[in-house]
Amino acid sequence: MNCNGTHYRAVVIGASAGGLAAVEKVLSQLKASFCLPILLVQHISPHTQSYLATHFEDKCALTVKEADDKEPIKRGYFYIAPPNYHLLVEYDGCVALSIDPPVNFSRPSIDVLFESAADYFGKELIGIVLTGANSDGALGLKKIKEHGGLTVVQTIETSEAQAMPAAAIQTGCVDHILSLEVIGDFLNEICEC
Amino acid sequence: MFEENKTANEYLEIQLLLEAIYRKYGYDFREYSVAHTRRRLEYRRAREGMTNYSSMQHKVIHEPAFFEQLLLDLSINVTEMFRDPWFYQKVRELVFPHLQTYPFVKVWHAGCSAGQEVYSMAIMLEEALMRERTQLYATDFNEAILEKAKNGIYPMDVVRQYTTNYQAANGATSLSDYYTADYDSVIIKSQLKEKILFSPHNLATDGVFGEMHLIFCRNVLIYFNRELQNRVFNLFYESLVPGGFLCLGSKESLRFSDVASKFELVSEREKIYRKKREG
Repeated sequence: MNCNGTHYRAVVIGASAGGLAAVEKVLSQLKASFCLPILLVQHISPHTQSYLATHFEDKCALTVKEADDKEPIKRGYFYIAPPNYHLLVEYDGCVALSIDPPVNFSRPSIDVLFESAADYFGKELIGIVLTGANSDGALGLKKIKEHGGLTVVQTIETSEAQAMPAAAIQTGCVDHILSLEVIGDFLNEICEC
Repeated sequence: MFEENKTANEYLEIQLLLEAIYRKYGYDFREYSVAHTRRRLEYRRAREGMTNYSSMQHKVIHEPAFFEQLLLDLSINVTEMFRDPWFYQKVRELVFPHLQTYPFVKVWHAGCSAGQEVYSMAIMLEEALMRERTQLYATDFNEAILEKAKNGIYPMDVVRQYTTNYQAANGATSLSDYYTADYDSVIIKSQLKEKILFSPHNLATDGVFGEMHLIFCRNVLIYFNRELQNRVFNLFYESLVPGGFLCLGSKESLRFSDVASKFELVSEREKIYRKKREG
């Protein structure tokens, strides 16, 4: 799973209101050789049939897919949490899904992904909180930081909905507060392939 | 894999805790998905104010009441009546015509939790005029939850969601025809319960169950690791008549199991499989 040039092994992203455009912006900036696996929780209505994978498919060089239960996390892949399921990282480096109760009124929940990813990847993880209107992701980002990982939040000024980045920043566990325009390039510099 | 000793140690402590539960009480969570088990344990640990899983292990060994609490934490699954209404529509459309060719039909809800799904099915069979010649079996390893399922009492606020689901699944009448309402809860009518046999069965440790025409096991197997999933799929294969149907959760799949080639996928999105006839 390792990118040759960095000690980071995965990126987790959490986004809510306004997230579709924000995630798209980040993805579109990634260079073709970007190979760290990305796992995304985008809050979405539990009753929709998921269209996110189709939506992002032609917008980045990574292979985009809705995460399947117990599939191994591979480099070059972009995994999206299915509607109405939590997405977790299992102890063997596979993804796992659950229908446990919503966390922060959300299923999938960003905290659930971030916390389980921090358990598995430790300091080799990058966590990014983007635009959103609740506080999901703040605790997860804090845990990533506690495990020595790298934490990034979108600036409040460039966020369509501000509560989520604001809550993340308030934890005091954020390494970089970046405007939406530069997050993709920031990631490009980390993955040296 | 575990560069930080803290994580590795914690993982070891969880394994030992689950081992203690198995050896002392016989419930086997050792092959459950760890990420998910850990979340539930952590919730209880934080509430009890314990700093690590070793102290939790001590408490679970010496205090059966604490074990009962932990058992609930580890086994409650959240579901709704007519969860994924489109799934139920598909069952009615694709599976019922086959069931109607049998003089008597046996249906197994494996991991029935608090009973929402088996009552959904009982309603559908009622509406298809098949109640008289159907036997439903609802099993769960947790007897406290099984008791809840038997009682069939649900809080009013979730019933609103159930009603929406029922309508979206093209129910024939009104969901309220099937329950009696109290101030803040509803109780499922006894005519629906008559055809259901509630019984303890543990998918992780128990064996084949009857000769079923249809098995429901939705969003249970995602909580298991690959090896246990595979064993349970074999158990289902053995428990089905040739041509019998198996319904999984929409994100579960037979694809990686060793019985994959012995089933045909009848409906992709709904994850409805059919056991092939031999030869």
